[in-house]
Amino acid sequence: MVDPIKVYPAKPAKVYFYGTCLVDMFYPDAGIAGVELLEREGIEVLFPQNQTCCGQPAYTSGYHDQARSVARAQLDLFPGDWPIVVPSGSCGGMMRKHYPDLFKDTTEEVKAAEVAGRVWELTDFLLNVCHIKLEDLGEPTTVAMHTSCSARREMGVAEVGPKLLGQLKNVNLVEQVRPEECCGFGGTFAVRHPEISGAMVSEKVDALVDTGTKQFVTTDCGCLMNIAGYAEKNQKPVEGQHILSFLWARTQSKGGQQS
Amino acid sequence: MSETAEHTGHHIDVKEFHPRAQAAIHDPKIRKNFRSAMDGLMSKRKTAFEGWDLETLRDLGANVRLRALANLPDLLEQLEKKLTENGIKVHWAVDGDEACRIVRDICKARDAKTVIKGKSMVSEEMELNHYLEEQGIEALESDLGEYIVQLADETPSHIIMPAIHKNTGEISQLLHDKTGTDLSNDVEYLTASARLQLREKFMNADVGVSGVNFAVAETGTLCLVENEGNGRMTTTVPKCHIAVTGIEKVVSSMEDVSALLALLTRSATGQHITTYFNMISGPRKAEELDGPEEVHLVLVDNGRSSIYQDDELLDTLRCIRCGACMNHCPVYTRVGGHAYGTTYPGPIGKILMPHLIGLDEGRHLPSASSLCGACGEVCPVKIPIPDLLVRLRQESVDGDKLHPAKVRGHGAKRSSMEAMIWKGWAWMHASPGIYRFGTGAASKFRALQPSKAGAWTDYRTAPKLAAKTLHQRMKERGQ
Repeated sequence: MVDPIKVYPAKPAKVYFYGTCLVDMFYPDAGIAGVELLEREGIEVLFPQNQTCCGQPAYTSGYHDQARSVARAQLDLFPGDWPIVVPSGSCGGMMRKHYPDLFKDTTEEVKAAEVAGRVWELTDFLLNVCHIKLEDLGEPTTVAMHTSCSARREMGVAEVGPKLLGQLKNVNLVEQVRPEECCGFGGTFAVRHPEISGAMVSEKVDALVDTGTKQFVTTDCGCLMNIAGYAEKNQKPVEGQHILSFLWARTQSKGGQQS
Repeated sequence: MSETAEHTGHHIDVKEFHPRAQAAIHDPKIRKNFRSAMDGLMSKRKTAFEGWDLETLRDLGANVRLRALANLPDLLEQLEKKLTENGIKVHWAVDGDEACRIVRDICKARDAKTVIKGKSMVSEEMELNHYLEEQGIEALESDLGEYIVQLADETPSHIIMPAIHKNTGEISQLLHDKTGTDLSNDVEYLTASARLQLREKFMNADVGVSGVNFAVAETGTLCLVENEGNGRMTTTVPKCHIAVTGIEKVVSSMEDVSALLALLTRSATGQHITTYFNMISGPRKAEELDGPEEVHLVLVDNGRSSIYQDDELLDTLRCIRCGACMNHCPVYTRVGGHAYGTTYPGPIGKILMPHLIGLDEGRHLPSASSLCGACGEVCPVKIPIPDLLVRLRQESVDGDKLHPAKVRGHGAKRSSMEAMIWKGWAWMHASPGIYRFGTGAASKFRALQPSKAGAWTDYRTAPKLAAKTLHQRMKERGQ
């Protein structure tokens, strides 16, 4: 599923920032943190105001006509040849991996493939294109990481989060059992098969709690609202945030007190 | 061939997936049995591939299968020719019922009363045991797992380990109730007692029925992978051996088998090699001391040639039935094999069964996945299972005018209400101004956000709308 060979571009002067609909409505702090991190690396961030959603919910539900009409509205947002960065493995995977299939045999085929080729998951971009060096200004703390399935398997960035967290000298990264197992989100799966999804997320939360940490970070807001939402509803002692929020907060001089 | 009455089968309603899944999820024994078994299998597979260049090997496996499928009609003809030369009689069955009738006719011609069976998922697909029973022929499973499942009057819950849903205590109780074996937690004792009972059956069986792992076209050889020796007994002790298999199991040469075998055993049970690997190349020759007098191969289509017509769905036929996809599936691990109600459970079942039973009957199968991709990641022949699940979801709602659905029973899951919701959703998200207005308004009036959101909030709190959207905050930053 992962590209066999990933060829990273040279660090560019500008990037397009594709925020995703979940970040837009529910976790804009994570989006802003991503923008701040990019700007601190000296990159100008272009945010196309006409962006909406990558089309994935309709795509994975089988409504490909609708997915295509929404995805089509995104294709014109990136006229320059700058990389497109996405604070999500899931939406990034939709654009990078599935846009070419979705637009196959259409007049947008070439354009979709061209856009797809410029899409990068943001933490991957920070580590492997910007070669970011993080200076930890926070208090000692412990954190667990949940890499989303799409970040891991579609975007091939399983190593990235732990490497970025590893740069933070006061952060102790702990690993839960079965780190590669799905949290049970799966988009509409969570409401089409609520009991199965519920069983999956309950075990994921138990695995995180069993590490002894009180917080986890993740690459994807879908997993975040699933895992943190389950923990909150069931009063489990673990809170989550997007990894970008965590990385930005840790490297601010005010330092390290995550919201 | 005068009797054509179709057999009745088990009649599990595949559509009733949800209640079965729910029951399994609330059954601590099922949860524990599957979780611990799958954990063990995942870890064994990982260890077995240590030191191997797994990606290269998977590429090789995928290419072997792709090449075989690309030449499938020719290979099948070549296989038939070679097998016939070797003295093996080849039969073609368009579906499970025809395959059952072929087996019955062979049995009747020999006046056979008892059949001993090696493990064969295609025979499960045919519901052969049930059929033979109706025809007055006793069919006894000789694979230990299959034997247990048969004693319990159940179906396999896993394609490699049919009785994986049972723990030792349950098996001991079952053997005690059905065969009078003493209750025991000693696995060796239980195995030995089952073996003793089976030995006698082997000696008296009129016909042996087995599956096939690889059918080699170039040499006309049927390869059978197994651990218990029951496969060898089944195919050599009775005077007549009938192998049943799907038409997709053919490969070109023995060289192809070596790559697939290396992948199969490691992916399935984490073994470098199984205890037995049988290569069957014909009935007993005049100078040979043992082996059957007659060998038959029944090549079963049962929906496979319709899969073969589609360039994308074709990948389904690469499968070598290792079961790694179910071992690694977080859904299968939670609900177990019986919840699916299908011959093949788990990820491979979700992409294969809709072709065998139709998408109307199998409408819930493709959606019962979080598309986590674990199955595709471990598949030894690189079947893009998640992509095929998405394709079948599209087929089940007739969701793509550019690529009209074609699988039997397509569109069965489409509801006008859901279609309307997606149309509304697409209209909003394809119109940036309306999207910004809508999301901005939602943020502004977020105090009115309901705390319940359907099934989502049965298990979780609802995600909270932010005071300002990212669009608004970026605009404020001048971006």
